[in-house]
Amino acid sequence: MPSFANPAAPRPGDVAGTLRLLAYLALSVALIVFDHRGGWLTRARETAAVAVQPLWQLAGLPARLGQAMREDAVTRSMLSEDNRRLRNELLVMAARQAQLQVEADENARLRGLLGAAARGGLDVQLAPILDIDLDPSRQRLLLNAGSRDGVRQGQTVIDAGGVLGQVIAVTPDTATVLLLTDLDHAVPVSISRTGVRLLAYGIGRADRLELRNIPVSSDVQVGDVVVTSGLGGRFPPGFPVGRIVDLRPDDSQAFLIGGLAPAAQLDRGRDVLLLRGTAPRARAPEAAEDASGEPGEGTADEADAPGAEPPDGEMAR
Amino acid sequence: MNRRGRLWLLPVTVLVALLLALLPLPAPVQGLRPYWLALVVAYWVIEEPGHAGLGFAFVTGVVADLVTGSLLGEHALRLVVMAFILQRFRAQLRFFPLGQQALAIGGLLLNDRVVAAAIHLLLGLPQLPWLHWLAPVVGAMLWVPLFLVLEAFRARRPR
Repeated sequence: MPSFANPAAPRPGDVAGTLRLLAYLALSVALIVFDHRGGWLTRARETAAVAVQPLWQLAGLPARLGQAMREDAVTRSMLSEDNRRLRNELLVMAARQAQLQVEADENARLRGLLGAAARGGLDVQLAPILDIDLDPSRQRLLLNAGSRDGVRQGQTVIDAGGVLGQVIAVTPDTATVLLLTDLDHAVPVSISRTGVRLLAYGIGRADRLELRNIPVSSDVQVGDVVVTSGLGGRFPPGFPVGRIVDLRPDDSQAFLIGGLAPAAQLDRGRDVLLLRGTAPRARAPEAAEDASGEPGEGTADEADAPGAEPPDGEMAR
Repeated sequence: MNRRGRLWLLPVTVLVALLLALLPLPAPVQGLRPYWLALVVAYWVIEEPGHAGLGFAFVTGVVADLVTGSLLGEHALRLVVMAFILQRFRAQLRFFPLGQQALAIGGLLLNDRVVAAAIHLLLGLPQLPWLHWLAPVVGAMLWVPLFLVLEAFRARRPR
């Protein structure tokens, strides 16, 4: 019955066994290398992901049931308490929003005077996170929404705090998100205070990003808020990425390395927002590399990045 | 004892092990998650060497890689190494008392962590937090209950 039966292994410990071991090891290493170098296996992976998708759904079930039970079990007083708090928050948010609307209008008018392209409104889609643990050494998330719900590869994923990552693979009912903090991830950013353009790299840790090659002379301080710059066309400009928590010289002493605390809450069990209408134009890695060329000469971009920041950045607080 | 026809249990255990690997754990204890798949593969390699060998370990590993989104081939490599060592020492392991068997499994799981760390080191991937080095202890402690449960399932007489 099992097709993976291994017909001749009654007496291992001989040469044949060792040869088989070597063959399988070589096969595994080949897979690892191809997958690590990227590209070749992506297609196969995507196809296979469709097959394992039911397993993900099944594994996410206990968490979803648990949440449903918790929600059913809350008492009336807790609900009314929640309701009151949320109402208050809504009121505060609405007031802020009204204030921001004035600034957004003014911004649009000024842009019109400058002849710059108008920026559209925020078109988002809510997607629940499928609460399962993937490989802990990789920073990924699985969403319980896929191509059937209109999720496309390359979409930017945000939460109330800021940018979370981007969609890298889509199956009919799930989507994989590469988080900003993954080792493979880099995002073009600018310092919202000064407009200095930089790249924020993931280093494989959930609580930290890194800004590399900051010229010592550039105006960067601990506490600066970093937002996406929109360069490369993959991420729309103006979304918070994080806040600089430390600065230290790198090995060459010619540049600084900045540590960044991510603005988004990179834990699980919540909903996230997918940005629509930001069609990715270029492939992300190449675009990111291009942007890294002149990190210090950010003045030309100044009109772009900080101007876009307030609506989303403020709403997050 | 005739145990033919009990092999349906094999894919089922693999499936359950995969689900247990995905099941969300609270962040502080995530590192302690035992390598369920390795335990299951070890059981079958020891008990059903005719059906579960290196090929079985490899295929299971590739499926695990796809499911957990890890580097394709990583689990496969780790499980193949483990299955090979188990095959070599199967004759001795089989007749160990269960406690001693659990110790041996713990050693294998520790070795597996070393293999995984080596892969990550060679490829420049981030290393896991130190807590993950305690997972083999949890795995070793789970060996006895797992072994007894699977034995009980397989020993039941078919209708």
